[in-house]
Amino acid sequence: MTEDKKGLSRRDFLKTTGIATGALVGGGLIGGLVGYNVKKEGQVAGTGGHKGADGEPVAVNNRGLMFFTNMAEFNVLAQAVERIFPEDDLGPGAIGLGVPYFIDNQLAGNYGSNVKEYMQGPFFAGESTQGYQSRLTRAEIFRQGMVRMDEEAKGRFEKNFVDLEGQQMDEIITAFQKNEVDMKGVSSEFFFKLLRQATLEGAYADPIYNGNVNMDAWRMKEFPGNQMTYIAEIENDQFVKYEPKSLSSMEH
Amino acid sequence: MATTLDKVDIVTVGVGWTGGIIAAECAKAGLKVVGLERGKDRNTADFLMVHDEYRYAMRYDLMQDLSKETITFRNHRKMRALPMRQMGSFLLGEGLGGAGTHWNGQTWRFLPYDFEIKSMTDKKYGKNKLSADYQLQDWGITYDELEPYFDKFEKTAGLSGEDKNPFAGKRSSPYPTPAMKKTPILKKFETATSNLGYTPFMLPSANLSEAYTNPDGESIAGCQYCGFCERFGCEYGAKTSPEITVIPTARKTGNFDIRFHANVVEVMKQGDKVTGVKYIDTQTGEEYIQPAEVVVLTSYVMNNAKLLMVSGIGEQYNPETQKGTLGKNYAYQVLPGATGFFDEQMNVFMGAGSLGMTIDDLNGDNFDHSDLDFIHGGSISMTQTGTRPIQTNPIPPDTPTWGAEFKKASIYNYTRTLNVSTEGASMPHKENFMSLDPDYKDAYGVPLLQLTYNFTDQDRNLHKYITEKTSAIMKEMGAKTVMPGSPITNYDIVPYQTTHNTGGTIMGASPDNSVVNNYLQHWNADNLFVVGAGNFAHNSGYNPTGTVGALAYRAAEGIISYSKNGGSLV
Repeated sequence: MTEDKKGLSRRDFLKTTGIATGALVGGGLIGGLVGYNVKKEGQVAGTGGHKGADGEPVAVNNRGLMFFTNMAEFNVLAQAVERIFPEDDLGPGAIGLGVPYFIDNQLAGNYGSNVKEYMQGPFFAGESTQGYQSRLTRAEIFRQGMVRMDEEAKGRFEKNFVDLEGQQMDEIITAFQKNEVDMKGVSSEFFFKLLRQATLEGAYADPIYNGNVNMDAWRMKEFPGNQMTYIAEIENDQFVKYEPKSLSSMEH
Repeated sequence: MATTLDKVDIVTVGVGWTGGIIAAECAKAGLKVVGLERGKDRNTADFLMVHDEYRYAMRYDLMQDLSKETITFRNHRKMRALPMRQMGSFLLGEGLGGAGTHWNGQTWRFLPYDFEIKSMTDKKYGKNKLSADYQLQDWGITYDELEPYFDKFEKTAGLSGEDKNPFAGKRSSPYPTPAMKKTPILKKFETATSNLGYTPFMLPSANLSEAYTNPDGESIAGCQYCGFCERFGCEYGAKTSPEITVIPTARKTGNFDIRFHANVVEVMKQGDKVTGVKYIDTQTGEEYIQPAEVVVLTSYVMNNAKLLMVSGIGEQYNPETQKGTLGKNYAYQVLPGATGFFDEQMNVFMGAGSLGMTIDDLNGDNFDHSDLDFIHGGSISMTQTGTRPIQTNPIPPDTPTWGAEFKKASIYNYTRTLNVSTEGASMPHKENFMSLDPDYKDAYGVPLLQLTYNFTDQDRNLHKYITEKTSAIMKEMGAKTVMPGSPITNYDIVPYQTTHNTGGTIMGASPDNSVVNNYLQHWNADNLFVVGAGNFAHNSGYNPTGTVGALAYRAAEGIISYSKNGGSLV
């Protein structure tokens, strides 16, 4: 009963803040649009299996946005990356894997600010063989990209990006990929490459970076993560399956 | 106002493999050595949590901070050169050990043919095999002369290998440690290449097959095949690197002092001698002058050339007149290969940076080029370096690069895909060179190095020919789909290719066509030595570090000799 209440109030919250329509998933927990990956036993993956007073698993949302301040933009990001790496019968997609949070967190840090890149001017567009020549940081490119995706959705389909059918989202993402969308200070093709790459990084990076929730992307791919040694199996003719390990399993 | 410090015997610019070797040998000989390292101190203890593809492989944690310094690039002289703003085509190192910390450990001796490539090509194929636009030249040293230094480097590194390559130069002693383990994936390659009439052998490896103590008393551990070498440091101390071998050797003598966060901006010169170097303490911003009897440039190819250019030492190469030697003969490599998609799952995530088997039948002049439109070739290998999930998303031809179909195919094929790859040699061309950029500067106000480079017809022809051969090998290995590498067009600095940049400060027998002599002593200043792959007059079909190591040992011998007797060593 308490849980239901908690769930409902959370869903109401989501609705009123325009985030998304939550859906009730096993154990009475909310699997929001960009929220949690809920395991069958009702434990929110990646949060350490916290238990409530009655011993029941409870959702602990220790994730927050560090970069995005506008939920509409964050939700465009979530839907776009889900189209790039969708949920299917193999397992979760980008949302279930926490990729939107991963990207948000990275945009708030060195990656988003291009700390290790040469950002001195003058800036010229250059040839494609010369690579990234924008004065914009990745964080600036991502924000502009989210805004432009939503504008494209409104222009083409008179809807918000997040309200489009999958096929319609794909049409817009493809237009970015083919460099058919105008962006300032960067090409839409470059933005698409950045988005695709960040999606794969969020899916397959160690879960310490808040993506690859529960190591589920590693499980799908049968990558064992951080194993200290393979010396005993390196000559094995058979494929060897491992329970994956995160760096967080190391003793600090 | 720069503070002038007390004079030392030797100062090295950079403390990686070459700086470490020079320091170890000179310090053992009783000379006082200071190593100036712009990066930070680090050692095996820093790598305990290194199994992190995102931090180290994608975000380049161990690499050069490009916000401070990079290069500019253009494909040809009519293009505006622009900064390489992000790391891409090659991975520049920084910090103690340099690129020798994050290397894979594939360690070769160049072929006897490489050192005398001009004479041997002319003799066998006539003087017009390549057009006059290719600046092919001998190195001013033979393989036999360099052999003792190869031997010395291999013993320092504890190299693991087997002496079964019929095309390799003569060895004075066997590999210090046995070859690595031959995995099922390597056996597939061994069987296929043998069936095709080639001679496969285990790739010489600096990931050691067993624990080893080198002649200096340094211990190197045995490899655990964890699959994290390239772009990573080794948490076991099982991948030979400067900071577990030559640097501790130098430090033990009491004659070696490393200054970290010391970024050299100029080599000081007076008359026909250098007097020392100017550097900036990057933590305080203070300028220092470090006087020295001998200055040794031991940073990477790009920075060695840049320091000579900004210091006005030597004559800048001019592609119009083909006069000048500094910056000429920049070369890279091409990477022919084929991807094969298999039905069965393989343990592709296990491995080591130099776990592999190779054939040399199509490298150097090991095959007849009479009817071919290129010279040289490449070593063709199956390596099992440990594929990681962010970077490895293999999809068969015509699969979309994102979306549902991509996800399925990339997950399915991750453990079912192999690559036959080649390190393709690259010949120097008059339009490929390094100079100083007129517009862009580094964080210390020093001009960036400018790279003018494109693939040449020689590269494209070699690439096409070898790609076909690698496809045939992949087919023989039993792949159900073989995807040959795409033909190369223009060099693109964006995708990672290889960190095997060479030339710009080349060695030779005459000051007319080279920057340094065969002791790597500068022709214009007896007490200046320039050490690294910049010394290569062309690039071979192998990884460069073995040859760089050998040249560094020879330079060390030269420096010690110069310190006693002075003068030119040749």
